[in-house]
Amino acid sequence: MATATAPAKREELPDGVILGPQHNLQTITDKISDTVQKEPIGFMWLALFAFAFMLVNVLLLSIAGLLYWGLGVWGINVPVSWGFAIVNFVWWIGIGHAGTLISAILLLLRQRWRTSINRFSEAMTLFAVACAGLFPLLHMGRPWFFYWLLPYPNTFGLWPQWRSPLVWDVFAVSTYATVSLLFWYVGLVPDLATMRDRATSKWQQVIFGILSLGWRNSNAHWNRYEIAYGVLAGLATPLVVSVHTVVSFDFAAGIVPGWHTTIFPPYFVAGAIYSGFAMVLTLTIPARYFYKLEDMITITHLDFMGRITLATGMIVGYGYAMELFIAWYGANKFEMGMMWQRTMGLIRWEYYALIFCNVLTPQLLWFKFIRTSPLYLFIISIIVNIGMWLERYVIVIGSLSRDNMPSAWGRYAGTLWDWGMYLGTIGLFLFLMAVFARVLPMIAMFEMKLLLPGANPHSHETHDASPGGDSHGEKKEAHA
Amino acid sequence: MSTPSAAVKPFGLLAEFDTPEEILAAARKARDAGYKKMDAYTPYPLHEMTDALGHRHSRIAWLIFLGGLLGGTTGFLLQTWCATVAYRFNVADRPFYSWPAFIPVTFECIILGASLTAVFGMILLNGLPRPYHPLFNVDRFALASQTKFFLCIESTDPKFNATETRQFLESLGARDVQEVPE
Repeated sequence: MATATAPAKREELPDGVILGPQHNLQTITDKISDTVQKEPIGFMWLALFAFAFMLVNVLLLSIAGLLYWGLGVWGINVPVSWGFAIVNFVWWIGIGHAGTLISAILLLLRQRWRTSINRFSEAMTLFAVACAGLFPLLHMGRPWFFYWLLPYPNTFGLWPQWRSPLVWDVFAVSTYATVSLLFWYVGLVPDLATMRDRATSKWQQVIFGILSLGWRNSNAHWNRYEIAYGVLAGLATPLVVSVHTVVSFDFAAGIVPGWHTTIFPPYFVAGAIYSGFAMVLTLTIPARYFYKLEDMITITHLDFMGRITLATGMIVGYGYAMELFIAWYGANKFEMGMMWQRTMGLIRWEYYALIFCNVLTPQLLWFKFIRTSPLYLFIISIIVNIGMWLERYVIVIGSLSRDNMPSAWGRYAGTLWDWGMYLGTIGLFLFLMAVFARVLPMIAMFEMKLLLPGANPHSHETHDASPGGDSHGEKKEAHA
Repeated sequence: MSTPSAAVKPFGLLAEFDTPEEILAAARKARDAGYKKMDAYTPYPLHEMTDALGHRHSRIAWLIFLGGLLGGTTGFLLQTWCATVAYRFNVADRPFYSWPAFIPVTFECIILGASLTAVFGMILLNGLPRPYHPLFNVDRFALASQTKFFLCIESTDPKFNATETRQFLESLGARDVQEVPE
């Protein structure tokens, strides 16, 4: 942690290097576990923690007010009954998706650079899903009856309406939260064992001892572990696509203009990954700076993340273009009316702002000097985060306030309570990330070790291992 | 630490190596020498180790498949039963058994069933949670999760002999061989 003397100029590694050349088994273990077990709490961490904790209190107050006075404190009313709550829900769920993309999809695609950011982004996924879950829960008005959504035998003789995308959503999001938690925890177990073995104080030994389940790095265990982890990645990949597809069904299955389009599922999934990568950049850039992780989360990592952000941003841009084109080509006057509202009507300023944030700004990522500059990337990532929030705002608020029938039109504005909830969840998210960075290894140690040259020799049995013989720096993946 | 006790049979003999090449070579030689009850303990998974030890690859993938199958079947049958038996609800005269609408939830149930099986199956088949194990009696074993590579031949192996096995492990180039008290 940068307590007092952070050197003015940080050494960045050359292009294409994903792990500092000075690293070995010892330095990787020391660096990552000492951040948790030895380094003192720094000023910047404390500042972030205090700021986030303040916002967590804002969240608690907002929830208390909501529960005391009821949903009326929010700006929602007929016709706009889905206000900030749904905007924020989709925004947070989308942010979570990059974590799964990094941990699962990039694993299956054998992108070795994912190793140093996967733990961090999985944590991000988990906390983002926690924030997301709050919104539909509280939007129900009487959240203590949330279990009415679940299929269970009850005295009313009622069962869920299985044809409703909202019920699908309950299953999709709860499955996603569960699988994300499992994936994250399984990835942590071997590292928790390392922490246990390095712990010097009794309470650390006990806590890490319990959490690591007695993991002892046995090959028989590793064998099952790798298969299970690989399969889990294979399961999480279609899962993450299904989750945001189902989220988009919440809209697309309705006949509201601007929602009822077939492009919604792919364009929502791309948007989710887009905003998620922006959030990973927003978080890793300060984290690598303050924890001096430049030789593990290298400039090459930032470059690659910038490219994915650009690619998904282009898909999102294509989605916007198609919405406009199909509205015109389909000659549906309600769709065309909605697109008029977006480009020239009620919601135009939000729409132009979102085009600026999501389509124009990421074009800067074509330039390598932008992609390899932590500062520029950080700024762009913030702009994209804002843009993706605006996108959902335009979709939800724009369509609901300008429905098919002009006599049913209405206006919407978020109230102080809406903003309190929104900022509060950002606080909760930062709070959880800050705590995570201090109590758990934020980079997967055992996987980083697999990036070392010669870490996994594949000397074939025919020419039995002459020391250093066949281990020419070429390694298999962390999980095959 | 490693004072041989005549009364209690040790858990096994633990050999320590510095590099993955050394331990892989050692494991192969131990396998060829006929040792079966042994295991390697490494800071990260070594992909050739299972073959080097002569162990069978885990078949947990089949268990996960069954978990997914069970999850999906349960999910689909639950929806079908709700919609056609327990709570028939006519929506615009659409069929009660509207199976295409049941696919998203069925899919999520497959994923959930398979994931839970993968994680808990892996943990339970590994015999975890098990906070205590004889190997933890050896101080240097703490390095197995950090920097060093260990090979343990267990005393339950029919070929195990405290003296001969120790000599054998030393001949493999282990930097240290320690007895693991039970």
